[in-house]
Amino acid sequence: MGGGACTVTSDVTTTSVPERLAKNRFVLDEEESHIEIDQEVCRATGTAARIIAVCPAGVYSEQDGQVVADYAACLECGTCLAVAAPGALRWRYPRGGFGVSFREG
Amino acid sequence: MTAEATEPDFDVIVVGAGPAGSVTAYLLAQQGHSVVLIERGEAPGAKNLSGGVLYGRVLDEVFPGFAEEAPVERRITRHVTTFLTGDSSVSVDYAGRPLAEPVNAVTVLRAKFDAWLAERAEEAGVFLMPGVRVDELLREEGPAGPQVVGVRAGDDELRARVVVAADGVNSFLARSAGLRSKPPEHHLAVGVKAVISLPRTVIEDRFAVTGDEGAAHAIVGDCTLGIGGGGFLYTNTDSLSVGVVLRLDDLLKHGRTAAEVFDHYLAHPVLAPYLRGGEMVEYGSHLVAEGGLEMLGSVVTGGMVVVGEAAGLTINSGLTVRGMDLAIGSAVAAARGIGEAIAADDVTATGLSAYRRHLDDSFVVKDLRTYERAPSFLERDRMYGAYGELAAGIFHDVFAMDGTPRKHLVTVAREAFKRSPLRLRDVISDGWAGVRAL
Repeated sequence: MGGGACTVTSDVTTTSVPERLAKNRFVLDEEESHIEIDQEVCRATGTAARIIAVCPAGVYSEQDGQVVADYAACLECGTCLAVAAPGALRWRYPRGGFGVSFREG
Repeated sequence: MTAEATEPDFDVIVVGAGPAGSVTAYLLAQQGHSVVLIERGEAPGAKNLSGGVLYGRVLDEVFPGFAEEAPVERRITRHVTTFLTGDSSVSVDYAGRPLAEPVNAVTVLRAKFDAWLAERAEEAGVFLMPGVRVDELLREEGPAGPQVVGVRAGDDELRARVVVAADGVNSFLARSAGLRSKPPEHHLAVGVKAVISLPRTVIEDRFAVTGDEGAAHAIVGDCTLGIGGGGFLYTNTDSLSVGVVLRLDDLLKHGRTAAEVFDHYLAHPVLAPYLRGGEMVEYGSHLVAEGGLEMLGSVVTGGMVVVGEAAGLTINSGLTVRGMDLAIGSAVAAARGIGEAIAADDVTATGLSAYRRHLDDSFVVKDLRTYERAPSFLERDRMYGAYGELAAGIFHDVFAMDGTPRKHLVTVAREAFKRSPLRLRDVISDGWAGVRAL
């Protein structure tokens, strides 16, 4: 919107994904990750770029040629699994009671 | 192994306390069966997310007058369909009071609404186990072939005569039973949604609704940067549900990220005024299986049935995306079929196929058949760009008094059409396909 009034509160349209996720309630499972990545299959199949693109929470990123998963931010939609090549990703739901806990839904 | 060792703990185990699971559990408990409802979230609803519109007629049959009792947000009396370009929008706005009574569509926030449904099941005698993830099915070789006999959750095993997989769109249970294979990407979409809180008076003023009435906006075109899918904007009591649904094959083809398309949508000049001053209180996503009838897998195996999204029950007709009402419809059919199978003492695939017959006779499969062609129709790219541009071009020329002599509408339309990349044969083809599909 051109010429919109300057507001002090942060505009919903300009918040970053981490800022948005910070509004959610997460119960972190510190003992185990529900996401495991097979780096070789990921690389060989081009899965990395695909899961990075589709994940709305930005869980996946590439660091030093490795795909890493920030599983604590996962919204548990399963979209990554749907686009991953077979064997590239072992993705299951977090253990009971852990993970995202929607208050709205 | 003694006979006692394999005695079932319950008549029925239902996995997943969404609308499909809770309604199945409720109806079976009402029939007098012992039912356990297992939910991986810390409470029912904690893992559940949808755009937010529930077409409520079928639920009203299960719980008459539910809209008065349940934590629903608003009754939708205004449906707005908008074609968006980068700087323009063309809308069809249908406001109809008759949609309020009897209840047609309501907005819901699932953390609250699904908790209410699970409470109804508990009231009917269902044993609720929240915070428990089911890890796998227990299977045994029976006289009629392999039979599901229960579930394992961690170190615990629970046995039942029938297991109901109501574990959502990713249904690991249906997959492990071989009832569903991985769906193709053009049948899958990712929904990205935020809940934005605003004072209720502001919502009522901005959306021109009063009392408990609400509006549902469906938006196509530039809101998704031309990617197959669309945007939505729904009113809750004192918040908005706003999001996009993006077809995965097209998202990947366009080289965009889901988060960046969602950002573009929120900031769009046509959308931003509705959201101004609001505070984002939650951000979520959900995988949508949009394939219609083609995605309906096999829903019955020995000792197990599949309901709701776990069975692939979703319809995208372009203007409406439906899942929850189909989930509830399948729950009604499943509870009947399971009841009959248990009464006949035959919970093999043959006995449980009563569910499939009831499902076929219900509005669920009838509607899936009606919209059988919708998914492939909606894959036509022109739906998401060129038509919005054309409509915006026509209306621009109608309303822009730029000093040139006025022309009749037909001429204006013909000229706008010539400027657009659309060709007549595309329009005829799309129009004909659309009429047949929708």
